[in-house]
Amino acid sequence: MLPERPLLTASREGSRRLVMAVDAAAAGLGLRPGMAVAHAQAMVPDLRIEEADPAGDAAALARLAAWCLRFSPLASPSPPDGVWIDITGCAHLFAPPDAPDDGEPALLHQLTARLRQAGIAARAAVADTPGAAHAIARHAGDPIVIAAAGQAKTCMAPLPIEALRLPAESVQALRTLGFDTIGLLMAAPRAPLAKRFGSAILLRLDQASGAAPEPIEPTTPPGTPRTRQGFPEPIATPEDLARATALLTDRLCEKLAQRGLGASRLDLVFLRVDGDAQAIRIGTAAPTRDAAHMLRLLKPQIETIDPGFGIESVSLTASLAAPLGAQQRISDLCAAQAGADLAPLVDTLLNRLGAERIFRVTPVESDVPERSLAPIAPLARPNGDTWPSHLPRPARLFTPPRPIQAMALLPDNAPAHFIWRRRPYRVRHADGPERIFGEWWKDAAETWSVRDYFQVEDEAGQRFWLFRRGDGQHNATGDLSWFLHGIF
Amino acid sequence: MSSIDDLRHRIAMIERPTARHTDVLPFGVPEIDSHLPEKGLLRGALHEVGGGGPDAVPAAAAALFTAGILARLSGQVVWCATTPDLFAPGLACAGLAPDRLIHAASPDEKTVLLVMEEALRHPGLAAVVGELVRLPMTASRRLVLAAEKSGVMALALRRQKHSKAGEGRMEDEAVNAACTRWRITPLPSPPLPVPGLGPARWQIDLTRCRGGQPATWIMEACDAQGHLAVPAELAYGQDQKTRYRAPRYVA
Repeated sequence: MLPERPLLTASREGSRRLVMAVDAAAAGLGLRPGMAVAHAQAMVPDLRIEEADPAGDAAALARLAAWCLRFSPLASPSPPDGVWIDITGCAHLFAPPDAPDDGEPALLHQLTARLRQAGIAARAAVADTPGAAHAIARHAGDPIVIAAAGQAKTCMAPLPIEALRLPAESVQALRTLGFDTIGLLMAAPRAPLAKRFGSAILLRLDQASGAAPEPIEPTTPPGTPRTRQGFPEPIATPEDLARATALLTDRLCEKLAQRGLGASRLDLVFLRVDGDAQAIRIGTAAPTRDAAHMLRLLKPQIETIDPGFGIESVSLTASLAAPLGAQQRISDLCAAQAGADLAPLVDTLLNRLGAERIFRVTPVESDVPERSLAPIAPLARPNGDTWPSHLPRPARLFTPPRPIQAMALLPDNAPAHFIWRRRPYRVRHADGPERIFGEWWKDAAETWSVRDYFQVEDEAGQRFWLFRRGDGQHNATGDLSWFLHGIF
Repeated sequence: MSSIDDLRHRIAMIERPTARHTDVLPFGVPEIDSHLPEKGLLRGALHEVGGGGPDAVPAAAAALFTAGILARLSGQVVWCATTPDLFAPGLACAGLAPDRLIHAASPDEKTVLLVMEEALRHPGLAAVVGELVRLPMTASRRLVLAAEKSGVMALALRRQKHSKAGEGRMEDEAVNAACTRWRITPLPSPPLPVPGLGPARWQIDLTRCRGGQPATWIMEACDAQGHLAVPAELAYGQDQKTRYRAPRYVA
């Protein structure tokens, strides 16, 4: 079977068989969903026709929505062919370290790239409201669009009115009246529109502009430990929210204990009476089912929740859980040590500072000083590795190395004096050189480069770590410039 | 118990009602240990270390002195800093293994204080180090309370700023709640008979000490186990009132 053979799905509607969906090749031949199968076969004789499976499609979409929970705690299938993700407050997690505001493009690119790898053609858009994102993703020109905050209306104005999720007959009637784009519809007076087409059209317009709320029903993958608490009267005070959170953590820990699991990521979702959902997400370094610990991590973030007119229900989900068996902490063979488990502390710091700011370093087999270490997780198992003890290394390392002016006898004498930040330093004692070669297996440009390191002591007794680019004999090894790399 | 001792005890109880940890980490150098009222560094307390002279800004010798103290403790250490210039291989040369050191890169000084306080409440740690330019009374008091409760040693590594000379200098600042205050100034090391560098030499000033007197020592820098040593030729000298001893290490 050739892959380019056009594919469509069909199902019976009354006495006719209609095309339900077409692939890219079929669409290119002019086949459209909604036309009769006989018509399609007349147009393109060599068609592959499969029976439509709406239930299977819905299940697959639900699985895809559950997969999208990796991007945000709030994701929901938007049948028949979309997924909504509420990325409020999540985008910065995907930002590159040097551009913390560029989270949204990074998130979209990661999302579409992963879907493409899985063989799913996807278009994505970020906008202020679910309605606007829905319309822009499906009808804008580019496969990836980011509508800047507050710009949803401008981005939607040129889109066709089909983007508004209206019934087909309304679209047809509006087209007859000359309304081709959403912009024209937005500019038209509202009352006659409502009278002619019903209130649905105004609701869709308001949902797109944000004037009417459109809550999305968050999905959870089946089998996820989850607890929920609804309230007969909406709650709003921070104390009440904290109390509800305490109740949910207790219940969740019971559920986790029954199944022998520990949570390594928790999503706390507050559903407001106006349909808005607000979420808190925390992560833990090691799986836990200690309710007090979870509460300690969640509590500082509860104050970021805006209860509005009140919260009507709260749910707590362990969106990432890992097996956690019972552990023996005290035995007769070793003395009990209070608080020897650092996981609670590391979790608190991780959630306060961010995951990349708490780390340990581990030695890396490289002679280049700045490459001789790599950050690892703070709770990684100690391996006892360290650096060679006979090589002197400074307590402070400058990144990048600071250029200095120095004079030295070639090829291997330490400088007698050097100038750093316009201040002269006279060298009294020196040790070196320690020659470090470029790592040609990492970068061809380093094939010949050489650094000669000297440890020098100035008149005041302060010790510096200097290096010279080049070995002083061959020009290819470096340009003989001097740098201060560290202070002992 | 004599009445003076009784009074001292009662005053201590008024000053530190929660203090239960009286563990002490000796330096292993009799000259320093005998001078300190507790015969070493008190564990559940705050100690300040700063660089003197040219080391005031980088605080590199001060960091090595701190690493030497940490090397002689056992257990994990949290080191909070705003400037990412700490080089773990250098600290390993003073005996602090990378396995024991958890780095906390903080965006600002306020966060350093918050992280220190949070970490000090955790009794499983050996010590918490924070690199700080300023350490006012209130902030230091909070650190002391947290340290006294858990018995974890708190070390404030004081760094001076480049731009404004004098700002953040330990001496200019009003008294804070630290138990001891150390200033580490690099000194020229004596010439060797051959070209090269001998062990580094520091002037160690104890500029403030609760219940004790300020003092100054000249010492050889921390070795690979974190021990200071009395320079051999100074052991005869006037300022180190002791008879000659070769450098000794106490593990």
